[in-house]
Amino acid sequence: MIDLSRTLAMLIKEFVQLRRDRLTFSTMIFIPVVQLLLFGYAINTTPRHLPTAVLVHEENDLTRSVLAALGNTSYFSVTRIARSEAEMDHWMRSGEVLFGVEIPAGFERGVRRGDRPALLVAADASDPVAAGTALAALEGIVQTALVRDRGLPESIQSVPAFEIRQHRRYNPAAVTSLNIVPGLLGTILTMTMLIFTALSVTREIERGTMESLLSMPIRPLEIMLGKIAPYVLIGFLQAALILVLAVLLFRVPIEGSVLLLSGLSTLFIATNLSIGYTFSTIAQNQLQAVQMSFMFFLPNILLSGFMFPYAGMPGWAQVIGELLPLTHYIRIVRGIMLKGASLYDLHIDAAALAGLMLLAMTLAVRRFRTTLD
Amino acid sequence: MPADEAADEAIAVEVEGLTKSFGGKVVVRDLSMRVRRGQIYGFLGPNGSGKTTTLRMLCGLLTPDSGRGSALGYDIRTQNEEIKRHVGYMTQRFSLYQDLSIQENLEFVARVYGLANPVREARDAIERLGLVGREHQLAGELSGGWKQRLALGACILPTPELLLLDEPTAGVDPKARREFWGEIHKLAAQGMTVLVSTHYMDEAERCHEIAYIAYGVLLAHGTIHDVIQQSHLRTYSVSGPDLYSLSEKLLGLPGVDMVAPFGNSLHVAGRDGEALDRAVADFRNRPDLHWSVSQPSLEDVFISLMGKSRDNFQ
Ligand SMILES: Nc1ncnc2c1ncn2[C@@H]1O[C@H](COP(=O)(O)OP(=O)(O)O)[C@@H](O)[C@H]1O
Ligand SMILES: [Mg+2]
Repeated sequence: MIDLSRTLAMLIKEFVQLRRDRLTFSTMIFIPVVQLLLFGYAINTTPRHLPTAVLVHEENDLTRSVLAALGNTSYFSVTRIARSEAEMDHWMRSGEVLFGVEIPAGFERGVRRGDRPALLVAADASDPVAAGTALAALEGIVQTALVRDRGLPESIQSVPAFEIRQHRRYNPAAVTSLNIVPGLLGTILTMTMLIFTALSVTREIERGTMESLLSMPIRPLEIMLGKIAPYVLIGFLQAALILVLAVLLFRVPIEGSVLLLSGLSTLFIATNLSIGYTFSTIAQNQLQAVQMSFMFFLPNILLSGFMFPYAGMPGWAQVIGELLPLTHYIRIVRGIMLKGASLYDLHIDAAALAGLMLLAMTLAVRRFRTTLD
Repeated sequence: MPADEAADEAIAVEVEGLTKSFGGKVVVRDLSMRVRRGQIYGFLGPNGSGKTTTLRMLCGLLTPDSGRGSALGYDIRTQNEEIKRHVGYMTQRFSLYQDLSIQENLEFVARVYGLANPVREARDAIERLGLVGREHQLAGELSGGWKQRLALGACILPTPELLLLDEPTAGVDPKARREFWGEIHKLAAQGMTVLVSTHYMDEAERCHEIAYIAYGVLLAHGTIHDVIQQSHLRTYSVSGPDLYSLSEKLLGLPGVDMVAPFGNSLHVAGRDGEALDRAVADFRNRPDLHWSVSQPSLEDVFISLMGKSRDNFQ
């Protein structure tokens, strides 16, 4: 059914063209590195100097010490002193501050008596990464400050002398920073792979080479495989590059099997290449192909769980999400990298990717026009 | 039936009633023709007359709206795969990969046709084409003549039995054109059938048989001699002073189908001999003009045919 020589002809040709196309070639290396660094650092860097408002109901050495400790860390920067809760709420709503720290009346007495009084912290979690990191740091900061500055008794040193009552506003299900890099891997691969193949058929038509190609005895399936194969390798190199950078720069762990991650990443790459290729057979010209790719890219970003937590999406959005390769790949990558998942754990997502790939390929071969009509 | 088989053996291309339209506009209308094996068959006609469309239908790149046909005995509607394997098609516009080198382009073709040793086949072809030393040059950087030579080389690499060449010499200098035609005759002598479209009249003379197509309609076909005879064109050659104003006076007259300058004389022709004679009678008496009956040239025939078809078209 497939003639190897003809498929190889196409594959070699595509490789040579790829090698000669300096711009595309360097984009392939450039896009993943730049995007990872940009997004990785922009999203993932531990947030610093987050504007914070404080509302203090009693003035004494202890509360001053807590405030000083807050200010001394690089996480928080006390920019406002509120006089009422309403005032603090206003600043948070307007976005002037990301945190509101409220020290209730009787705080010092409570600490000294070992009552563990509550330190109220309101966080603007609409920027969940920022809020999460800072909140995690808060407890330690304050405790250390109290012990060091106030010379509190031993008994209080072992357990926190107070309770931090957190209240995340606007976005209760916070995404943690470790989730970002795996998601980014999938997003970068989706974008680059789609674009590479989305242009491949329309390019032949626009350059006029399709007429020659169609007059030769090569079949649509062979053309498709020959055009996709070189990019599988390119995609694989891209994925490897991103992973190495992620591990080195962002200390993302790989708990599970690297082999499994490679295998399923290759499947994901091939799936996106097939979808891009399908667009290429449907589009009339290169512009249309690019537009289709972006139309497909957008829901991938929004509904795959990369940007918003999947569990928080309404039912219809989850159904769409299941049809997108990125949804499954993000589960796969998070599973393998963060939770050490095995193929058994991930077989449904792997099967979904394979299914989507075969669907796209079937559609592409059927859509491919073998005449100029 | 053996008789039919024998007939089929001798015929490379046969089409009947081929029609094709794009968006409601008929581009090829009811076209029938026949090309014998081993012949060089010229396909002539002005731009936009449907030559490319016809060639594309012959090699399976376009599906005819109606009509039937065969190339090398394979049905042009249903046996696309066989046709693609045995028919070489050289497109009007250069359509090999501009960003591949000569060698790489030829290797690609060799692999697609499943030739045993693509690298050697490509190298041999480069030698045959006289492109040694340029094999690593990108196809896009070649001049028109070399591009055309490469395209022909790629076409004949898998040794097709039928070659369809679409205006292969357009925009190529006379020396390269002559060499190109030499090559085509060599291929025909080896048994290849060549169907070549052109709008150069002088190239018609290099073909064994020709067909003339205008506005999608096949107007004449046969050997050059046949085509001239069939035209029943009466032609006069006139010489004298101020031929330009004479041509303007003659052109509108009933019976005069064609007036065309021909060196220092004017060719005046008409399909209806008597009507033509009536029209020019007054001018023949002018002492400063010298009239003589002349054999119509192929060009005269085509110009008059085109005039006729335009009349029918409107
Ligand atoms: N794919 C197409 N779509 C629409 N019109 C076409 C197409 N191909 C050719 N035509 C039209 O058909 C006519 C004949 O074209 P063509 O066969 O290329 O003529 P020729 O090769 O003799 O110059 C032209 O008017 C051209 O514009
Ligand atoms: Mg043409």
